[in-house]
Amino acid sequence: MVVSAYTLRGNTGDWEVVVGLEVHAQVTSNAKLFSGAATAFGAEPNTQVSLVDAAMPGMLPVPNRECIRQAVRTGMAIDAVINPWSRFDRKNYFYADLPQGYQISQLYHPLVGEGAIDISLDDKNPDASGKRIGVERIHVEQDAGKLMHDQHPTRSYVDLNRSGVALMEIVSKPDLASPAEAGAYLRKLRSILRYVGSCDGNMEEGSMRADVNVSVRKVGDPELGTRTETKNVNSVRFVMAVVEQEAKRQIEVIEDGGKIVQETRLYDPDRNETRSMRSKEDAHDYRYFPDPDLLPLELDQAFLDECRASLPELPDAKRARYEALGVTPYHAAVLTAEVENARWFDALLDTGTKPVAAANWVTSELFGALNRLGKDIGSSPITPDGAAELLGLVADGTLSGSLAKQVFEIMLETGQGAGTVVEERGLKQTSDTGEIEKVIAEVMAANADKVADYRGGKDKLFGFFVGQTMKAMGGKANPGVVNDLLKTALG
Amino acid sequence: MSELTDLGVAAIRDGVRDGTFSAREVAEAFNANVAKAKVLNAFLVETPDHALAAAEVADAARAAGETLKPLAGVPIGMKDLFCTKGVASTAASLILEGFTPPYESTVSGKLWDAGAGMLGKLNMDQFAMGSSNETSAFGNVISPWRRSDGGNAALAPGGSSGGSSAAIAARLCPAATGTDTGGSIRQPAAFVGISGIKPTYGRCSRWGVVAFASSLDQAGPMARDVRDCAIMLEAMAGFDPKDATSLDLPVPKWEAGLSGDLKGKRIGIPKEYRVDNMPAEIDALWQQGIAWAKDAGAEIVEVSLPHTKYALPAYYIIAPAEASSNLARYDGVRYGLRDLPEGAGLQDMYAATRAAGFGPEVKRRIMIGTYVLSAGFYDAYFTQASKVRALIARDFDRAWEHCDLLLTPTAPSAAFALGEKSADPIAMYLNDVFTVPSSLAGLPAMSVPGGLDANDLPLGLQIIGKALDEQGVLNAGLALEERAGFTARAEAWW
Repeated sequence: MVVSAYTLRGNTGDWEVVVGLEVHAQVTSNAKLFSGAATAFGAEPNTQVSLVDAAMPGMLPVPNRECIRQAVRTGMAIDAVINPWSRFDRKNYFYADLPQGYQISQLYHPLVGEGAIDISLDDKNPDASGKRIGVERIHVEQDAGKLMHDQHPTRSYVDLNRSGVALMEIVSKPDLASPAEAGAYLRKLRSILRYVGSCDGNMEEGSMRADVNVSVRKVGDPELGTRTETKNVNSVRFVMAVVEQEAKRQIEVIEDGGKIVQETRLYDPDRNETRSMRSKEDAHDYRYFPDPDLLPLELDQAFLDECRASLPELPDAKRARYEALGVTPYHAAVLTAEVENARWFDALLDTGTKPVAAANWVTSELFGALNRLGKDIGSSPITPDGAAELLGLVADGTLSGSLAKQVFEIMLETGQGAGTVVEERGLKQTSDTGEIEKVIAEVMAANADKVADYRGGKDKLFGFFVGQTMKAMGGKANPGVVNDLLKTALG
Repeated sequence: MSELTDLGVAAIRDGVRDGTFSAREVAEAFNANVAKAKVLNAFLVETPDHALAAAEVADAARAAGETLKPLAGVPIGMKDLFCTKGVASTAASLILEGFTPPYESTVSGKLWDAGAGMLGKLNMDQFAMGSSNETSAFGNVISPWRRSDGGNAALAPGGSSGGSSAAIAARLCPAATGTDTGGSIRQPAAFVGISGIKPTYGRCSRWGVVAFASSLDQAGPMARDVRDCAIMLEAMAGFDPKDATSLDLPVPKWEAGLSGDLKGKRIGIPKEYRVDNMPAEIDALWQQGIAWAKDAGAEIVEVSLPHTKYALPAYYIIAPAEASSNLARYDGVRYGLRDLPEGAGLQDMYAATRAAGFGPEVKRRIMIGTYVLSAGFYDAYFTQASKVRALIARDFDRAWEHCDLLLTPTAPSAAFALGEKSADPIAMYLNDVFTVPSSLAGLPAMSVPGGLDANDLPLGLQIIGKALDEQGVLNAGLALEERAGFTARAEAWW
């Protein structure tokens, strides 16, 4: 546990910020929460709408088991209490994007109770910079449709494709105390969701969005200030910006003698500011009550057991395992942040490749190359088996580090395997002492003055001879052997 | 062929199967009666071709020597609350005027699958809200019954399934579907001297049935006698994966299980149903029912349902609360009426559409429901009513420790005249006093005709059973029916 150092200096003293996030994560499933309609992104408007989604007379919701399962697995992944008895409530309000005139949600008895997410603020030192953020609850609810006001001069168009899509609302406790913590929490949550497979975490497509609750108080003040809620923020960067800008704004208002109004705001990324948003409901009386079309959700032990058994190794456990294998905390943190990277790395470990060498190579060479090529691990031209072959050649002395880099570049260009590249281009490292001694003799002959200097006490020239020898051998000489032979030859 | 319309479901089924008459003759006879009875305003839509088409299928199947379906050759009436594919379905409301669903409700679909044909869509109280059929947007249904006092007052057929009750009593159909939320099958059945059963909540799918109060709504049959109710219910009931509250249980063979022998059965008489100002003739009928039950071999026990007096207030909180939410979808955006005044915004359009599309009783319940669910009053009303509901269900559970069935009157009076109670909603709501408790508890309950009042109007007796014991309810109904020998009928004046 670390105490956040984030404070903001105002005219009247130092302020701290209190942040809670409500993250809406779209559940990965082929069908909506209460209908069989499809959920694919980017479909033509109103092509993924069933009679139920359009709220035709007499239509009834039927819970989609897979959506419930994914929410339960997500709860388990953050060590949360899973409520074996939960219930759906209706949240009633009129709006054109809400065909039933209510949203089916869970107010009184959510599916998932309290849990926690461990974040770290510094990858280089993840354990020392860690903090535990409480999660209040996860409940499942329907998404609303989309209103389009710019398609016709006088009419609003409604697209019900999203209407009824399953969302998990993941509500944090107000445990976040800085933009950095908010960002780290959102990244970690996204990582966990992607490990679990319950949400693709794609913020650009709206699969994940956050409502950011911010309040400020004087440092040391036990009372919480009045909070504002900035809705539908759709990137980690913007969430961090909202925390920063909103905190500054609130401090200014208070220090100018004003009061913070509890209200809904929106974030304008172009101006980097939050703005008051006229609430879409004039009155905040949602008229909640238990949905009479749905029976309470009762989960049996077999279902819960299956959910738990289906969970993969999660990022924190994976990081600990890598560290136990000798991988540095930094590399372990980098390798486990994204599930695809970790899966790729695990596949490499499965080949028997030494963990430390593998971690060094993946985090520097592979990630560097992918970055340069603008690719992610999913489209990496190098497979774990291909990497294992390359690293194997380094481990058995066939390739030196510099040769391995050459071979890797050729692999990226040609798609050939490491062994093939070595064979075809003769890039094999040599430990042939006779050949190396011959080259050393030539180098010494050509640099008689430097030999004399070295022998006269200029020890630093040793590196020069190594370099010259390696260069003369086209980089293929075993550096260890070169070192040994040079020491003998130079006396 | 006028006598064909005097036949019930079993007699028609058997006659078509045996070749005594053709299904087509039956359909034509009922179609003719429907066409003649417009003054009763029982039908909102007539579908003579649907009935004839089903009859032809039945006749062809018989000619081909095939085994006939359970309702082959039987034409029925369909309460307009059921969505029927390609046929206007309005729930007797203006807001759904012109709405023709592209889908078939599960219950109506099951009836067609069983071989039944549709004579038409039956009038009802708008969105099933009412006890007299005076809230229909398309005019009152007139009961075929008249008082014998010489007055010609038009009488209420009961509600909300008033079109169904009137059509059966007037021989416009041998049977019809009804829905019962707080008594909407049983009270109209009692008012016109027919039988009707509300099964256990969840027996019949609610999919495709326009919702009034989801936790209470249940479809059931109305017919001339108990056997016909059993046959109809077998065809209507059954698990439906499209309704999350549907019971995943096999449908019992209720008709085959019918027996009027009540030996070994204990029938409870709930003392709290002896309400203030109960007419003497209702009490006399109840005593008569007790005597018949004894005669059929039942043992009579007095039981107590202590929370009975809270049932009606609880019901008139829960049902409007659910209704206010269920009816939110009628907003003028996707189907049905849309009223867009000049220059109006979205909220104005909602307001104008809903003002024009809902009748006064529906508006009253939406407002009551909205009020009792509002943040400041939720606990005082809705939470409290939900607790009362649980206590009422517990009352029944305790009663079942002492008896197998309960016997009560169906309604506190015979049919009243149209207009007589429509100015006083509370008086109207009191009509449901005997039917509402079993609805709140989700129990099966049935009304059978027991006799006539001083004006020769029918009075009904109600049997309430344990959850899933429709057989017990039907058997007790049969025992009463056999002893009542109820043969009175409305003389055709229309």
